[in-house]
Amino acid sequence: MPDPRSNGHPPAALVIGGGIAGIQSALDIADAGFKVYLVERSPSIGGRMSQLDKTFPTLDCSSCILTPRMVDVSRHPNIELLTYSEVSQVSGRAGGFQVRIKRKPRYVDADKCRGCGLCAQACRLSGRVSGDPGSDFNAGIAKRAAIYVPFPQAVPLIYTVDPQACVYLTRGVCGKTFLCKDACDADAIDFSQTEEYLDVDVETIVVATGFDVFDPHRRPELGYGVYPQVITTLEFERLASASGPTAGKIILNGQTPREIVFIHCVGSRDRSLEQNGDGCSPSYCSRVCCMAVAKQAHLAHDRIPGAKVTVFYMDVRAFGKGFEEFYDRVREEGVLYRRGNPSEIIRQGEKLVVRAEDTLLGEPVELEADLVVLAVGMQPRQDAPELAGMLDLERSADGFYRESHPKLHTVESNIPGVYLAGCCQGPKDIPDTVAHAKAAASAAMILLANSHPIGAVHANH
Amino acid sequence: MLTIESRQFAREHGLYACIQCGKCTGGCPMAIKTRLNPRRLIYRLLVAGNGFDLEGIEELWDCTTCNTCYSRCPKLVNPMEAFIALRSAIVEKGRVHPNVKTALESTFRHGNPLTMPREERQEWAAGLEIKQSDQAAEYLYFVGCTPSYDPRVQKVAQALVQILQQAGVDFNILGVEESCCGSEVRRLGEEGLFEMIVEENQELYKGFGVERIFTTSPHCFSTFKNDYPQNGLQVQHYTEVLAGLLAKDAQSADGAPRLSFSKKYARTVTYHDPCYLGKHNRIFDEPRAVLKSIPGLKLVEMDRSREKSLCCEGGGGRMWLEGTNPGLRLAQLRVKEALETGAEVLATACPFCLLTLDEAVKHLNADDQIQVLDIAEITVEAL
Repeated sequence: MPDPRSNGHPPAALVIGGGIAGIQSALDIADAGFKVYLVERSPSIGGRMSQLDKTFPTLDCSSCILTPRMVDVSRHPNIELLTYSEVSQVSGRAGGFQVRIKRKPRYVDADKCRGCGLCAQACRLSGRVSGDPGSDFNAGIAKRAAIYVPFPQAVPLIYTVDPQACVYLTRGVCGKTFLCKDACDADAIDFSQTEEYLDVDVETIVVATGFDVFDPHRRPELGYGVYPQVITTLEFERLASASGPTAGKIILNGQTPREIVFIHCVGSRDRSLEQNGDGCSPSYCSRVCCMAVAKQAHLAHDRIPGAKVTVFYMDVRAFGKGFEEFYDRVREEGVLYRRGNPSEIIRQGEKLVVRAEDTLLGEPVELEADLVVLAVGMQPRQDAPELAGMLDLERSADGFYRESHPKLHTVESNIPGVYLAGCCQGPKDIPDTVAHAKAAASAAMILLANSHPIGAVHANH
Repeated sequence: MLTIESRQFAREHGLYACIQCGKCTGGCPMAIKTRLNPRRLIYRLLVAGNGFDLEGIEELWDCTTCNTCYSRCPKLVNPMEAFIALRSAIVEKGRVHPNVKTALESTFRHGNPLTMPREERQEWAAGLEIKQSDQAAEYLYFVGCTPSYDPRVQKVAQALVQILQQAGVDFNILGVEESCCGSEVRRLGEEGLFEMIVEENQELYKGFGVERIFTTSPHCFSTFKNDYPQNGLQVQHYTEVLAGLLAKDAQSADGAPRLSFSKKYARTVTYHDPCYLGKHNRIFDEPRAVLKSIPGLKLVEMDRSREKSLCCEGGGGRMWLEGTNPGLRLAQLRVKEALETGAEVLATACPFCLLTLDEAVKHLNADDQIQVLDIAEITVEAL
């Protein structure tokens, strides 16, 4: 029986983005008894948090705390999970939004696929496809097949054909026979699938689209992309992760690094990119990198006995619960913190040399390294303008979605009925993201609880 | 005592934005060999209260104005410009090195810092049949002081003229009326003389109806482009002009000027980015495009290229100053880096780089291993 207060359907929310923010918002709203459509662009929910190895400062295993939440989402009777889908059109207003969702073809029948992976083993390109470093689960450091699940704990555990890589989809023919189809016992591979659209009516929208990591190619003097020994903190997570391509061994080209240098604030607190006119300037602090580096320096020190681990920093911002204590612990373990913002990385023979000033010595220093980890900052997603256009969202000077009041309305966007959760509004660590997402859910639920036919909705701010 | 009002100075130059991160000093090519420490100097200024004594800060004259500091500073502080302004305070009191005094006086009197007579300014062009500025042309070729007088660099100007004439580019020169652009005058801190030069040159160019100008030197190019008032004058470095003449970029219309080659240049070349092209103006690709278009030429890169290029130490008035540590020469380090690539030719596109690198090759007795040439000199060989 339809809810008498509603627009002819049970009150529903749209949550855009299936990272930890979207997951948290969706679960809270669904637990309160409302219908949720959770839309995720990639084949699986989980987002950035699923890529992390350990979380600071407690060193909890990231996927061990995330995976159960992902499973909760998939089993929740009130959540309709729409992965590999994108919001393509939104009209209406608070209390009555009409949303069109594009469902991209996986070329795999979701009802039949059992996630066994025989197709990926059989694929002609098995172990030969490098994903995009920015969005791929393994940050581009491992290779997969053209049919894949992003990671073993993916939700849903359904294979997807990568249309950029698949030989059949890019060239129209894949040898004499489809190796994936032949391998699949469940007869799940279906190249006749096409794009489909789903129209839904919702009362409220939670935007939880997350962030991009800073592309260190924009600081060419640091040699990222030139020297294979220069990697990002995200790539380090995959190296350190038991589920990563090296099964948690910190090795690079088969070798264990002995001299490891971390560099803070790459693509954070940096206004110099303004002058080059190449995109937005990450002049803000990304808030998570100091502690991410502390954690990674700890892992490097812990897992490589005798390794010399040096962290170059400008300031250490250890402001959260247990953060300063963790920073103390890492230093006491023997990680050396040197104050200075390195200027460049050059090659001398086989070694890399990090050139910096140790500002406490007041001297330029040249430090040899066989692994350099760049603590890349958080950026607004490249496609942030797209969704902003669709929903009429305003963005702050830093490019993130603007909250309607910096102190009192931190989850409300400029559009009534549209709420912001997590890093789409600005850089946050996991606990802050979860808190923000719960706040956004709570704001959305006020509207859902009061939902009336169109025209009688009170904007709540 | 040479005291300046440091608080006002720090405000005017945005030094309060400095967060003392040391990125300027970490990348400064002179910090490794001299007392120059840009971060510390800024800090000393900031904490000096209201009076900062410039007496004895010899390292101010070490700065080559390569722009590494400013191009990387996360807070957009410009130590290089601050140091030029500090030099101004010293120059104003007349407390400068005799060499600097001579260069500045020569620029004032003869229109060049090289103490050469004005009437000899055009001798390099003898027999080349170049249009003079009283005949209208599409471009003015601003030759510059070093290419006009220095016998080594004259060859670059001569080669460039030959290339442009063959390509069919319509250009003229100012001849003996050409005067220094003021680049080094400004870098040495002689602000008043620089303003005078700018005014006179602008008047001169206006009189001849100059609309487009290209230069031999990245220093002249950068000065016209960034330090002269913006008045519609289109300024290019010659490598940009040449890159625009490459067959695939040139207009396809019949008779449009274009660069074409008839000979092979079968040598391995590495390219040294001049600071005033690269770090100052982000021109990295055009010089390489010209080199890559030359048949037979193999371009190899040094590790420190483009944004990381190592300064040759020839800028910022350093052609007239030894600095606080003349023992170690960056140009010699640079030549060693070039030798490591196995290149037979170290190419550059700057008169100062050409001279300092040439001298370094001689010091290292590496004449038989590597030759320093300007891109124009290489290009002309393949015409």
